[in-house]
Amino acid sequence: MAADGAVAASARVEALGGAATMRRRWSLGWGAFVVHALLLLSVAVIAFPLYYAFVISTQTLQEVITRPPILRPSTNLLPNYVEAWTRSHMTRLLWNSGVVAVVSAVGKVTISMLSAFAIVYFNFRGKSLAFWLIFVTLMLPVEVRIMATYEVIGNLGWLDSYAGLTVPLMASATATFLFRQFYRTVPNELVEAAQLDGVGPLRFLWAFLLPLSWANIAALFVVLFIYGWNQYLWPLMITNTEAMRVVVIGLEDLIPRTGTHIPEWNVLMAAAMMALLPPVAVIVVMQRWFVKGLIETEK
Amino acid sequence: MKRSASIVGVLTAAVLLAAPAPAAAKTEIHFWHAMGGQLGEATNELVRQFNQSQAEHEVKALNKGTYPEVLTAAIAAYRQKNPPHIVQVFDVGTQTMLLSGAVYPIFQLTREQEIAIDWNDFIKPVTGYYSKDGNLYSMPFNSSSPILYVNRDAFKKAGLPDRPPATWREVGEASKKILAAGAAKCGFTTSWPSWTMLENTFPWHDQPFATNANGYTGLDTTLLINGEFGVKHIGQLAAWQKEGVFSYGGRMGQPDPKFINGDCAMLVQSSAVIGGFKKSLKFEWGTGQLPHWGPPYRKQNTVVGGATLWVMKGQKASDYPGVARFMKFLAEPHQQMWWHVTTGYLPITHSAIKNLETGHHFKKNPEQWTALSQLTAKPTPNSLGHRLGNFVQIREAIEGELENIFAGTKTAKQGLDDAVAKGNEILKEFAASNKP
Amino acid sequence: MKRAVFKNRRLPYLLVLPQLAVTLAFFFWPAFESLRLSFFRTSPFGDKRLFIGLDNFRKLVVDPEYYRSILNSFVFASGVTALALGTGLFVAALATQKVRGLAMYRAAVLWPYGIAPPVAGIIFLFIFHPSYGVLPYWLSFVTAYEFNWLLKGWVAMALVVVATAWTHVGYNIAFFLAGLLAIPASVLEAASVDGAGPVRRFRSIVFPLLSPITFYLLVVNMIFAFFGAFGVIHAVTQGGPSRATEIMVFKAYKDGFIGLNLGSSAAQSVVLMVVVIVLTALQFRFVEKRVTY
Repeated sequence: MAADGAVAASARVEALGGAATMRRRWSLGWGAFVVHALLLLSVAVIAFPLYYAFVISTQTLQEVITRPPILRPSTNLLPNYVEAWTRSHMTRLLWNSGVVAVVSAVGKVTISMLSAFAIVYFNFRGKSLAFWLIFVTLMLPVEVRIMATYEVIGNLGWLDSYAGLTVPLMASATATFLFRQFYRTVPNELVEAAQLDGVGPLRFLWAFLLPLSWANIAALFVVLFIYGWNQYLWPLMITNTEAMRVVVIGLEDLIPRTGTHIPEWNVLMAAAMMALLPPVAVIVVMQRWFVKGLIETEK
Repeated sequence: MKRSASIVGVLTAAVLLAAPAPAAAKTEIHFWHAMGGQLGEATNELVRQFNQSQAEHEVKALNKGTYPEVLTAAIAAYRQKNPPHIVQVFDVGTQTMLLSGAVYPIFQLTREQEIAIDWNDFIKPVTGYYSKDGNLYSMPFNSSSPILYVNRDAFKKAGLPDRPPATWREVGEASKKILAAGAAKCGFTTSWPSWTMLENTFPWHDQPFATNANGYTGLDTTLLINGEFGVKHIGQLAAWQKEGVFSYGGRMGQPDPKFINGDCAMLVQSSAVIGGFKKSLKFEWGTGQLPHWGPPYRKQNTVVGGATLWVMKGQKASDYPGVARFMKFLAEPHQQMWWHVTTGYLPITHSAIKNLETGHHFKKNPEQWTALSQLTAKPTPNSLGHRLGNFVQIREAIEGELENIFAGTKTAKQGLDDAVAKGNEILKEFAASNKP
Repeated sequence: MKRAVFKNRRLPYLLVLPQLAVTLAFFFWPAFESLRLSFFRTSPFGDKRLFIGLDNFRKLVVDPEYYRSILNSFVFASGVTALALGTGLFVAALATQKVRGLAMYRAAVLWPYGIAPPVAGIIFLFIFHPSYGVLPYWLSFVTAYEFNWLLKGWVAMALVVVATAWTHVGYNIAFFLAGLLAIPASVLEAASVDGAGPVRRFRSIVFPLLSPITFYLLVVNMIFAFFGAFGVIHAVTQGGPSRATEIMVFKAYKDGFIGLNLGSSAAQSVVLMVVVIVLTALQFRFVEKRVTY
């Protein structure tokens, strides 16, 4: 990994006027036509699965299972979406997913910012222990320790609650790591100047560091929002009422696994569209900050 | 589908409008199940009817994912001392539940709560599967058995007589004619491969699946599926796979589409898909009994698959009367018949079957009778059911080896030997972990 | 470089407390629990429990299926990484060329990252469906070979690799985009004056400058494929056919969650956690020392 190099690079990006604007890159030997053609091809390949899923969601079941496959949208869009929406209580599911994604993302950003700040800007006893305790969890598979985590949540009395849905998702050090990397690139002079002016640590964090790290926070938010939104097994385990279900579970609910009835692929795809729209929208809307923030933080 | 949904909708609306404000002191009964989609709607409807029928108890049903997910979730909740009152567990989880010490056996519950359910009214192959020492431990809920589905249009096109093949030999011959006539791309396929081709085919031919009377009489059980009969049957399937007579289509219900879109002319699958097929099949179809090899094998009975409802210990004593009443509600002929007609799962009490007969239900819907006709014989130790620990993993091991066999990477004998070795290992592990 | 620091006795502890609490409660406690469980043979409901020392680990060491899952993990992770990185770099390089409509192109290639693995799994399940799927249908015109992933292990593996790589390619594109945009135009112009063609420029100038990011992405993609890519396999192949797509995480999940063999599953979790810790430590050693560019 090359945090320092990457951050240095991003400083250059700033100097050149922002990541998303167009500048003259290496002079082109390829014709613009070839570039356009290849880009369109890439977009087509990458977008095809989603396009096809959308097409399915507009067809009747009969059209879905016809050979040769029909690749054009059909006219059954409204009934499918209405069916998917009503059958799986979509309003509630989307709301819960939103809460889980936002709360877990905001919570993780907050606690990571604070602990990274402590680790970079203070010397204290047990610092290296704290450092290692946190960073050893950089990647941790939720699925394989789910039973034990469940018991912790049970002991805390958090089963079937938003706290139980969100707090365990904050137990990862990636965000802390990224903030640490970023803080270390902030020039010493800034801290010293602030201290000369009698600025305390919390005010420094609030008034100096925070404004500098908006792009990072935005990028992190996108990553964590998606992580939270896309959880399946954990919410399935700890929610005991329909009212606490999230959208990915609602979707799996529609996949017939007992093998006792005909899969309604069109309704399933309609529900899939609803489930994937919010995180995709978050990415498209925040694309600019996302790319910029990534290079500064690397995740 | 659309219609039943709207009927449910109207019923709900009616209930919401008509029902008085709920009394404050209702006991809540939590019921976790694995019924998704249309089956989930039917389950919810049963629960709704129960809740409407009395004022003291309110059953709250929740879909907790797939069968294994439901079981694991219930275990985790039990260990947290907050289990659901009722949990739906699939057939292969039976041994795990029986030995868990976490269940309130249904026979004991109804006795202690003084709720009379006539267990003799239940058909034997069903109660036999879920009883220990002659006592029923869980409430049969969704029961089914594998049968043969036939595309009659394809049969007609191939010039075959309009009746389902009764023996495997006939299945093979019919398939070849169908292939030759171009009436379909494959003769037959099967869903739930281990369940249909081994777990049911063995008792259907009165062959032992495992030692200790299929595990009923002891924990030191070993599998017997690699004997002469198993190798003959699976070997034949493997040979047919090469010829295109049989076409392997995956596990669970994954192969169904091959039959639905006409690729395969026959399908072995649970009787529970009848309801779905009625709505979605675009050709003439019929059903026949699970094919048999004929003499020298006796025709016994198939076993039931599906799931039962287990009552869990560890909830407030004052909740259990309501649980018992819900169980009694489910056992009543009216609910049995409604469930059967709505979902295609089997009616499992003699009185419900008799009522259906009186209404000429089976005359009008002969396909609904097929699976029941396989369950009429008095079960032998080979056909009572399977009582194997860690059955989920065993089935997994068996189906993995079946895939090797059908892919041609192992012979039937090799594959079944490996499945038995792996299965015995799993059984040993289970026996060891259940020694006190 | 010595950092300027603030002086305060209690504040730093307060600041790390939330993170430490969450980490201890939801990582170390469960990890410790798994470690403990891995020395026992436990009945599913946890009521009967017998200490068996290292038996669970010993069984893993002699289990061919465990080795199979290790091999699968490597095949799967390499496949996903190669595909997602290669595609990511290619598309990002295109999307930094000087053509019109770049913003739209970029938006159009980034979004798959937002799609949940289970959702991606459902979509690909349908596209690859042996009976309805559009892909087997098209392939049947090209070749007589039957792409039956229900029976053929490598086809199933290819399917889950493609589906997983698809969900991750947007992430890689974003990083490569950022890295490419950070390369000063003057460097490239100088090379261009020297008469280097586009391919050579890319190979000799752009790619070396991108190497830190590439390395980072390599590690992240590997880890993601090793541990994070659970949803696709869960939704599509369930580890089959005949364990051909059963990677280590999935096996640990299946043995514990589905098979209820808690002891063995815990032992597998412990192995996985050791792998995670070693990977993390290695990564740190590497990162902390490396300042290229």
